[in-house]
Amino acid sequence: MNVLNVENLSKSFGNVDVLLDISFSIDKGEVLSIIGPSGSGKSTLLRCCTLLERADKGSIRYGDTEICRDVNGKSIYADAEKQRAAKRKFGLVFQNFNLFPHMTVLQNLTEAPIHVAKLPAEQAHKNALELLEKVGLSDKADSYPYQLSGGQQQRVAIARALAMSPDILFFDEPTSALDPELTGEILKVIKQLAHEKMTMVIVTHEMAFARDVSDRVIFMDGGYIIEQGNPHDVIDNPTNARTKAFLARFNED
Amino acid sequence: MNIDVLLNICKQLCEASLETLSLFGATLLIGLPLGLILALGRMSKFAPLQYIIRAYLLVMRGTPLMLQLIFFWFVGLGAMGFSRMQTAMIAFGLNYAAYFCEIYRGGIESIPVGQREAASVLGFTKTQTFFKIILPQVIKKVLPPMGNEFMTLVKDTSLAKIIGVIEITRVAERLQTQLVSIIPIVIAGVFYLIMNAVVSKCFNVAEKKLSYYR
Repeated sequence: MNVLNVENLSKSFGNVDVLLDISFSIDKGEVLSIIGPSGSGKSTLLRCCTLLERADKGSIRYGDTEICRDVNGKSIYADAEKQRAAKRKFGLVFQNFNLFPHMTVLQNLTEAPIHVAKLPAEQAHKNALELLEKVGLSDKADSYPYQLSGGQQQRVAIARALAMSPDILFFDEPTSALDPELTGEILKVIKQLAHEKMTMVIVTHEMAFARDVSDRVIFMDGGYIIEQGNPHDVIDNPTNARTKAFLARFNED
Repeated sequence: MNIDVLLNICKQLCEASLETLSLFGATLLIGLPLGLILALGRMSKFAPLQYIIRAYLLVMRGTPLMLQLIFFWFVGLGAMGFSRMQTAMIAFGLNYAAYFCEIYRGGIESIPVGQREAASVLGFTKTQTFFKIILPQVIKKVLPPMGNEFMTLVKDTSLAKIIGVIEITRVAERLQTQLVSIIPIVIAGVFYLIMNAVVSKCFNVAEKKLSYYR
């Protein structure tokens, strides 16, 4: 069964179309990378899937939990209760981390499990420490975000998302705010998650990484999905002229 | 002027400062929560509410507090059985709420939108997001402007004498006339100074307490 199903999704800001008839789905354990130039709609697509933006047309479904469905060319959203339930299905890692600065690393990881998932504090605590170990930050449990490097903050953000045990994890350019030296540690964590068969959707500009880690790559431009397929086909041997041009520019750098 | 007269001045001003302090405390008790409610209304998407609050802010901040005091006293609160002090408390509370509102709003709007988004994706409700994520960060941001406002309030309490509240400045003026001496006024000044030194110290301590994060 698909973890996520997106069908004919469209979205515009005013009279600017940012997403046009986007359809894709993800199987359990699959890693999907979305690449494309700035302004191609990748981030907006992620924000629609995570309920931070509302789609105008089309449908989004997590397993059997429907977020919105298309009725006569208009997205009709489920009620607030159902939307909140759907949020338990996914996690999102932001470009600029968005950790809660007034909480320790541990609190960042336990706040939602305790107050949203209603986990017993002890259990949430234990899970959080395990996750911190997983991302290599056991010794930072009592630190505050400002005391950590960007790479460490992003690893905490990944752990925070994982703490809610989502079915699918979204990454919105997780390394774009980091200098190249720190990028590696994030990519390592994501690779490890891929190895553990975590279902992931990654919006990224790291082409080599996308090729390495993904099962499938989507290339977007101008709000459309231009090309999709296995990473070696799309990134190494693109068939579409637009994809070719984009990747050629990337290879020059 | 002998020591007994001086002591007597201090004693009377001490008694008056209790009035000043109750007015100070009551203003905060009314103004701080009301200001927060106003701030939330001011930022609501419901346009009529926004306009009403903006009009309220304009009137409260755009006219002298002294006129507002006179207005409240003579237009009804007095006749409705409120004491002079109670009238002053209400007028001050309503007036300061307007200033607090704008301070809160500035604080709330300065919190990066990413904080709300992160909370939303984690599944926090709007109420949880506000009280657990936004408000604690707002408190830290608004401390410096709040400190300013608190110190102004200490001094503004002297306006209450216009409707006959027996607070420090009124007592000092009476003593000045009685004794034909400027000394009571100077001592009154020292009283305000001490109160504000305490307020200032409290804010320094609070800011330090919240400096554990950035």
